[in-house]
This record gives sequence, structure tokens and C-alpha cells, in this order.
Amino acid sequence: MSTGITGDLLAAQIPRLRRYARALTRSAQAADDLVQDCLERAWRKAHRWEPGTDLRAWLFTLMHNVHINGLRRKYPDTESIADTDYPDMKLQGADVPLQMRDLERGLAELPAEQREVLLLVCLEEMTYEQVAAVLGIPIGTVMSRLHRARERLRRYLAGERKPPLRRVK
Amino acid sequence: MKNQLPTEITDLHAYVDEQLSPEARRRVEEWLANNPEARRQAADYALIRDGLRGLYAPVLQEPIPESMLRPETTRRWLRPLGAAAAGVFLMLTGAWFGMQLERGAGSFLAAVPHTVREAAMAYAVYAPEVRHPVEVPGDQEQHLVSWLTKRMGVQVRAPRLDDLGFLLLGGRLLSSDDGPGALLMYEDHGGKRVILYACPTEADGRDTALRFAQEEGVSVVYWTEGPLSYALAGELERTGLQALAESAYRQIAI
Repeated sequence: MSTGITGDLLAAQIPRLRRYARALTRSAQAADDLVQDCLERAWRKAHRWEPGTDLRAWLFTLMHNVHINGLRRKYPDTESIADTDYPDMKLQGADVPLQMRDLERGLAELPAEQREVLLLVCLEEMTYEQVAAVLGIPIGTVMSRLHRARERLRRYLAGERKPPLRRVK
Repeated sequence: MKNQLPTEITDLHAYVDEQLSPEARRRVEEWLANNPEARRQAADYALIRDGLRGLYAPVLQEPIPESMLRPETTRRWLRPLGAAAAGVFLMLTGAWFGMQLERGAGSFLAAVPHTVREAAMAYAVYAPEVRHPVEVPGDQEQHLVSWLTKRMGVQVRAPRLDDLGFLLLGGRLLSSDDGPGALLMYEDHGGKRVILYACPTEADGRDTALRFAQEEGVSVVYWTEGPLSYALAGELERTGLQALAESAYRQIAI
């Protein structure tokens, strides 16, 4: 089967897919599983991709679908208490301001659908139209999710957060 | 959601995300000039965007796992093998580090109690651990302390180092030359970690004052107090580590 997709073309997209997946799932393992599944699907469906069209958008669409299916199936999502309390992304060294940690926590508290939109806009710098196409939602929904995500994070960073959970026992 | 956002709001987002035409951009800028609240809003949105980029930028630099470069041959069931290999690698790295310690230090190590070596090793193995630095997280401190106390057979205390900027991240049980050992890990706001290691005092061990040792960049302050020997290890300069150790020493001695 001859397709326009080559290993090199895909490899060039992997760092971005991983970054997005990491921010989306907050777990290096879950993120890499997601990327792996996405890439496997990409190879299987390689004939469906039209050379010359936006490969990144296509891959992000695949990943979104894999992610959604995963959420629906709720397949072994091995998130332990430790994972939630200490996200995999260990912030590097002493030069990371406290606010970055808050940002990470705030992001984790957003509903997944808002997090997706926010990350595609902020990290991937996609246009709203691209986000709408990738997620398969109307552009108005993109805007309202984006707005809610940003306002929520903004309030969170301003200090309106819930007190940290304390386990008794 | 059916209700549409006001145009000013969608424009504000598009302004921050640089998705406006030049004319629309000028229009929004004029509007912003007379609207301090919207300006703050836009600045906050930009801050969040820049923060997210900074937060996840390091992922772009991570080496790509082999399995991703040839995904068509990978199957999910093969993956645990990768994890096992990582475990073996970790053990080998630990052993290698131990050998370097022994080799490089020579007579030095012979002169210091095994507590120091074990603490330096525990630090080297666990402090860089991102996913599972501890077995029991610090927010379950009571459970952690009673568990370790039970396993060690003597009262274990988790000193508070909050005043010096280090918060309890959690702890784990280890094995030491003299029986069960306890590791408590602390972390400051910048992510710098230190560990407090405790193991049973050797049969003929006596109480000692604080002593300082250093090996392979890991500084260790150690002492013996009754049934337990302690060592605080980290990549801190001596005075900083000493201040932490003194605080821990005072709290444990109570």
C-alpha cells in the first residue's frame, strides 16, 4: 500500500502529540499510551490521509477520538493516589515559580472538554476553526469552552481555590 | 451550550490568541484602551497561555520512545516488558552508583557508618523519581508515621521542616544493613528534595552529635539518637543542610 505517510513525517509530529497528551492526561504513562494508540491508528488509517493536507490536524483528530473512546470505555486508567498528588511533570529545579504549580493544578481541575480546547489554542496555537474541526464541534462551542476554561483558571490563580483535600484516617 | 458569548468576549480571546484581522485588532485595541477591566482580563489570559507553554515546553525536548517510532509493530501486551527493562536498568544504575561511591571514596567510606552510604544511595535512587518518589504521600502523615513506627519497632517521627521551606512529600520503607529503614522525603517550592533516612542503630552504637559527610555531590548530615541512626541527605550546600538537620535533630530528640 503506498501512502503519503512516512515514518519521518509522523516522527516530526510526535513531540507535539506527546506534549498535548501530557497536558491533557497529567500522567506520562497515560499520555504516552494515548500517543502510542494514536500512532497505531494513524498507520492503520494511513490511506485515509490525503498528502498535502494538514497532517497535524489529522493526527490530533485521531488522538481526540482515541482519547474520547478511552474515556467512554473507561479502560484501565491506572491513576493512583500518588499520581494525582504528584503529577508526573516534575517541574524543573528552583526556577519554576510557585504560580506554575498552581497553573498545573488548576488545569487538572478543568473538565476534560474545556482542557482540550484550551490546550489546542494555547499550546498548539490552532485557529478556532481548526480546533472546531479537530474536536468535531461548532465554533461557538469552542469559544464558550475556551472562555469558561480561561475564566475558571483565572479565578483559580487569583486564589479562589478549594482547600486542599485532607484525608482523615 | 446554546447561548452565544458577546462579541466583545470572543474578540478579546481572539485578540489574545492573535486571530484577528488587522482592522479588528485595531478596533479591539481602541476598546481596550478605555476598558481597564478587559485589559486585566486579556493580560491574565496571556499569562495563562504563556504559563502553559512554559510548563509543557520541556516535553518537546524529551527523547522519543523507540516504540513510538515503529508503532505498527508494537502491541499493547508487549509494553510491560519495557517497564521490566526499566526496572532492571534502575537496579543496575543503583548498583553502578554504589560501585562508584565505593571506588571513588575508598577509605572515606570505610570511615563513615553505613548509614551515610545508605542515605546517599537512597537519595540518589529516590530523589530523582518523578512518578513514585514515595510510597505514602505526606498528606497521610499520620498513617505514614504509624506504619513506619510499627515496622521499625520504635517510635518514628516526621520532623516539620516547613519553617525552612521544605514540606513533607511522604515516605517509604527500605531495607538497611541493620533491619528495616525509613525514608522521609521533603521538597521545597522549587522542587529541591532532601531525604531523612533512619535505620536501627548498630548493636554497639552510641549517641553522637551531628556529623557531616559528602560524596558524589550528595551532602549528608548524620547522627545517632538512641535506637535509631539518622542521616539527612541532599544536594544542598553544607549550611543549608545543617540547618535542616539541626531542626530535625531537635524535634526528634523531644
